[in-house]
Amino acid sequence: MSVVALPQEVSTVAGAPMSYWRTVAWRLARDRATLVAGAILLLIAVSALLAPWIAPHDPNAGSIRLRLAPIGGATHPLGTDEQGRDMLSRLLWGGRMTLVAGLTPVVVAFLVGTVLGVIAGYAGGLTNTLVMRTMDVFYAFPAVLLAIAISGALGPGLPNTLISLSIVFIPRVVRVAESATVQVKGLEFVAAARASGAGVWPILRHHLLANILGPVLVFASTQVSLSIILAAGLSFLGLGVTPPAAEWGLMLNTLRQSIYVNAIVPALPGLAIFVTSMAFNLVSDGLRDAMEIRS
Amino acid sequence: MSPTPGLEARGRTGTAPLLLTRGLRKHFPLRGGVLQRVQAWVRAVDDVTFDVKPGETLGIVGESGCGKSTLARLILRLVEPDAGSVWFDGEDVRRALPGRMKRLRRDMQLVFQDPYASLNPRLTIEAAVAFSLLVHGVGRAEARDKARALLGRVGLDPRLYGRRYPHELSGGQRQRVNIARALVLDPKLLLLDEPVSALDKSVQAQVLNLLQGLKTERALTYVFISHDLNVIEYVSDRVLVMYLGQVVETGTAEALAEAPKHPYTQALFASAPSMDPDRRMERPPIAGDPPNPIDPPSGCRFRTRCAFAMPKCAEVPPPPVTVAPSHDVACYLYEPATVPA
Amino acid sequence: MWRYVGRRLVLAIPTLLGASIIVFAMVHLAPGDPIAAVMPVDASKEQVEAVKKAYGFDQPLPVQYLKWLGRVVTGDLGKSIATRRAVILDVRDALANSLVLAASSSLMAFVAGIALGLLAAFRQGRALDKIASGIAVIGVSVPHYWAGIILIIIFSVQLNWLPAMGAASDGGVVDYARHMALPTIALALIPLGVIARVVRSAALDVLAQEFVLALRAKGLAHRRVFTHVVKNAAPQTITVLGLQFGFQLGGSVLVEAVFSWPGTGYLLNLAIFQRDIPVLQGVILVLATFFVLLNLLVDVLQTFIDPRIARH
Repeated sequence: MSVVALPQEVSTVAGAPMSYWRTVAWRLARDRATLVAGAILLLIAVSALLAPWIAPHDPNAGSIRLRLAPIGGATHPLGTDEQGRDMLSRLLWGGRMTLVAGLTPVVVAFLVGTVLGVIAGYAGGLTNTLVMRTMDVFYAFPAVLLAIAISGALGPGLPNTLISLSIVFIPRVVRVAESATVQVKGLEFVAAARASGAGVWPILRHHLLANILGPVLVFASTQVSLSIILAAGLSFLGLGVTPPAAEWGLMLNTLRQSIYVNAIVPALPGLAIFVTSMAFNLVSDGLRDAMEIRS
Repeated sequence: MSPTPGLEARGRTGTAPLLLTRGLRKHFPLRGGVLQRVQAWVRAVDDVTFDVKPGETLGIVGESGCGKSTLARLILRLVEPDAGSVWFDGEDVRRALPGRMKRLRRDMQLVFQDPYASLNPRLTIEAAVAFSLLVHGVGRAEARDKARALLGRVGLDPRLYGRRYPHELSGGQRQRVNIARALVLDPKLLLLDEPVSALDKSVQAQVLNLLQGLKTERALTYVFISHDLNVIEYVSDRVLVMYLGQVVETGTAEALAEAPKHPYTQALFASAPSMDPDRRMERPPIAGDPPNPIDPPSGCRFRTRCAFAMPKCAEVPPPPVTVAPSHDVACYLYEPATVPA
Repeated sequence: MWRYVGRRLVLAIPTLLGASIIVFAMVHLAPGDPIAAVMPVDASKEQVEAVKKAYGFDQPLPVQYLKWLGRVVTGDLGKSIATRRAVILDVRDALANSLVLAASSSLMAFVAGIALGLLAAFRQGRALDKIASGIAVIGVSVPHYWAGIILIIIFSVQLNWLPAMGAASDGGVVDYARHMALPTIALALIPLGVIARVVRSAALDVLAQEFVLALRAKGLAHRRVFTHVVKNAAPQTITVLGLQFGFQLGGSVLVEAVFSWPGTGYLLNLAIFQRDIPVLQGVILVLATFFVLLNLLVDVLQTFIDPRIARH
């Protein structure tokens, strides 16, 4: 949902053909909420990427004497944590970790899920039943529960977080990719391509993938926000990234004992998760609206 | 266009049919229940036999749901038949191995009914037309040039339209693209599945004229499928009337228009006077709706709506009888005429 | 329609079986020997073998699974390694607490979500709509464990109005409600956003219908318009609510951890850190079963509200 309403009709300039992606870009350029969210996202991503160079302090070096310094200080603008480590530096470094932990599973799920979904959708029959019924089983668990269950069994650590979150998101992508494939497969242009003598691969590449990748990508983008919340949540429970690494969820966990001493600093990592997750939500909503074909 | 030689000319005059089908059949399973068992069969195409000679246009007419579209797909093996055979240019299509089938599909092309669903929304129309050539190993540049030339021929200036996407074109323009796509491989036979029924009347005429022109120019053979008797009469040399998956009558367009034999054909012509092109035969004034193809009547399938139904119509399906030169009808009302051998 | 219901019921069985396989497999996913956790460090080889035999770990996996399944179906979820209590008892107590929390947060989300959605729809495009839509986006974007911490900071630390941790031990209804208040709010945030969105779009659909426009144009029957909107938005809202209730139940792990609420999530958390695999399995299996049955119920309810759904 975008806060700013989109124009209902997108006029294509008469005579000048407008490609699909140009139309999408044209729509996005007029969606202020999405643009602002996109800019915030870019800022977060760039600062996380540049953390080693722009972080003012060593994220893991602290001093007990400087514990829980309030925000607004000269040397520690965002204060210090319960071990006296610089919050700004830790937030920057933590962003790297949280983004990696949140984005990787969605990327993996997008790749694996699309392949599985297209195979199931295009092959149909027994293959479809087998793949889709297996995916249904994972729907027996709410996302949070599934992530925690698998992580709980596998034990803490970033690789295990990535595995368990990928397992959470793969079935979702498979469902979307499968239903898109079945829908496109039934359209006449696929039959037309077959009638032209095209084999399975050219049809998959030029006709199926070209038409389903967009919707599946948009769907995957809507899952990033949840993935980030879950990745940080696993760390928050002690099931994700292990200390002393800086990660937003983990920081929130270790800092929450200190809310009676300093109420503002412990809230910062959560605020970072929230802003990132919301920015992803707004951007994916805007993208979905912009990519909707009205013909 | 010259009227085609009659059926009896086959084998004697040397014009071997370009396409022939023998006893073609396709029944689709209907699944249901908890375990998705087959509960019934839709008899889409049942024992269909016909010939198409080089250079002629065979019209196939019938109500929607009578199996016309399935028939086209069976011929191209887009759907595998349950029984029967298809011969194209002297070759058994059903036995063609994948490599050979690819080759055969160059020679038999299909134009689809729906000008919206039949074009990939992600390809420019130039790319859509060139795609078939690329599949057959033609180089990129050559494919593009050929595609552009053909777009020009069907009335779409490639400089203006080549880079456009399907959603930027009108229905008629899209159907021109479909025709170009089908012709770019230089086929011998074009199967046209309701190519104009989604278009406005005025656009229909333009597309039909384009098709007629292309046919003479490229020495094509057409199988033209439509529910619109006016269109069929206009384009066809010979007409095949289908009812619930079966052929009830075949004959030249003139013979059928002047003296339709089968009660169903008679009803069709009665309901679609060719003087009034606005009257379509989508709901012919025949008693009742067409029966469900899931459970068609025994014997002659038309008997439940036929004014002349006799007890024996319910028993065995009437075999086709030749009532006049190149005029066959599957009805017990007629005795075989003594056709000079 | 009954056929559809029957079909859905039958289809739920393989799903549940599949879920049970996943839960069973978790023992073997866990790093290390499941026996090692139970045994003292200095146990002899013979002792380990004896325990393996007692637990049935010496048998092939499919046999182990079937035996385990046989016990699970009769309600025997094994014994907790940490407390030696029957897992089913722990799970039962925890589930009761979680159900109370899920119910109260669903109720809150339902009421607030509908109010917010309707407000937004009736004031479409205006400031109030934008604020309501903004709250809805926040609802689905906020990490609820963080929201819980913020609530504690505000209401417990700063204002000192409500308790931050645990459930009331024996303080009666009022005390119980006071302990429940903050986790309820934290947990209600996500479904609140989702429900508000659904109600808004359903209400907008109804408001766009011609006769409603006519009614409104006449400036009369505000009440009738309102009733009509509510009636038409109801089926979708109930569906979403049902599904969200399931998510609440399974998704409360993080919130329960923040508030130390003695529910299934808290139990699960405890089991993970004590590596108490039987409890871990028991909690997840029970929650998954609940979730599947709830989805089934929602599906069936939906068919009764809108019979067109049973088209397959």
